[in-house]
Amino acid sequence: MLTFADSVAEAVAGIKDGSTVMIGGFGNAGQPFELIDALLDSGATDLTVVNNNAGQGDQGLALLIKEGRVRKMICSFPRQSDSWHFDAKYKAGEIELELVPQGNLAERIRAAGAGIGGFFTPTGYGTMLAEGKETRFLDGKWQVFETPIHADVALIKALKADGKGNLVYRKTARNFGPIMAAAAKHSIVQVSEIVPVGALDPENIVTPGIYVNSVVRVASGNAPAAEQVA
Amino acid sequence: MSTLETSIQTSAEPLGRNELAALVARDIAPGSFVNLGIGQPTLVSNYLTEEQDITLHTENGMLGMGPEAVGEEVDGDLINAGKIPVTELPGASYFHHADSFAIMRGGHLDICVLGAFQVSAGGDLANWHTGAPDAIPAVGGAMDLATGAKDVFVMMTLLTREGVSKLVEQCSYPLTGVGCVTRVYTDKAVFLTGPDGVTVRETFGCTFEELQALVPLPLKPAVS
Repeated sequence: MLTFADSVAEAVAGIKDGSTVMIGGFGNAGQPFELIDALLDSGATDLTVVNNNAGQGDQGLALLIKEGRVRKMICSFPRQSDSWHFDAKYKAGEIELELVPQGNLAERIRAAGAGIGGFFTPTGYGTMLAEGKETRFLDGKWQVFETPIHADVALIKALKADGKGNLVYRKTARNFGPIMAAAAKHSIVQVSEIVPVGALDPENIVTPGIYVNSVVRVASGNAPAAEQVA
Repeated sequence: MSTLETSIQTSAEPLGRNELAALVARDIAPGSFVNLGIGQPTLVSNYLTEEQDITLHTENGMLGMGPEAVGEEVDGDLINAGKIPVTELPGASYFHHADSFAIMRGGHLDICVLGAFQVSAGGDLANWHTGAPDAIPAVGGAMDLATGAKDVFVMMTLLTREGVSKLVEQCSYPLTGVGCVTRVYTDKAVFLTGPDGVTVRETFGCTFEELQALVPLPLKPAVS
């Protein structure tokens, strides 16, 4: 059932220790900072987090990692010029890393939402990231078997939601939002604006409300501008 | 000097980074859909002409990417795969990450241009990991780009700082993709890789023979 939370704290209140949490965003674009801060304040720990990166700077996911709440990261690009909190935990052996090629990460998330039990892809064949995985020669290419990534919860940032939970996004902040909303059992979305039912053009809705469980309005607007990351 | 040697040398000097980027840009067919990797390949966008009508893809979810944003154009919600603020051109489109990688993985991109640590004679690419035991690995979209695009161009210096060829018989660094590279653009030559071995299309600042002395695998000059 769709609920509209009065605060980010209320929106994340049900997230249990040991949960797998998908967090939208690519770098800072689309990263739901306020929901992550609320998750940090909630005290939830022993989390497995799925995100493209492993946090940057001293905000959002980076703080969740710094505070030792993340047991395992599933991501494609943890190492950045400002990923110092992840780097420290990783070098200390205090965080587990499952490194996934970015397209496999996206497709494994999509597969979970679409009820697909696995798929074969040429990406990664012959590399150390495919070691130990089943391979088949299909359509003239060697391909690697990849499995879906499911999650208990997704934390997502969108631009607007209507009263049915239908979502639209803004520019490249869309990134993982639509596929994570479908892949998680419970999707929590922060938006800049909640509009009445009928105010969004049905032709332009990106994530239909069936994938959305909880919506909270956060007035923060766009992502922090101009991060420079290698 | 034989006529063959001189016939494929097209520059008296090795090419600089910008000259090489301009050469890659000239070689991209009009109307192509192209992904430019982070780093040196990004320079190619400075030399694409309006007449070429190239559409740039950025894997975080956009076709029709414009130049880097400056001043008031900077918008934290509009970034490229290197997380640099960019602009959108008329006709641009946005899509989610799985669709963006389907564009790559589904073979819809004509060309991707990538940097490399090493390329092998058979077109294997190593560009994501030095293999150092204490390094934190990060792969991003490199493996998808390498296996998905119709043509994979590499841009790199031919030699390491220690003077060792990065074009090798077999890669010693961990692989990004197997047999995926079709062309290698370097400061000293353009190489075409394929099942028949490595062909040198042109050389810069050296003869074919001088180039062969630098590279530890058999090269063939292109027939001009």
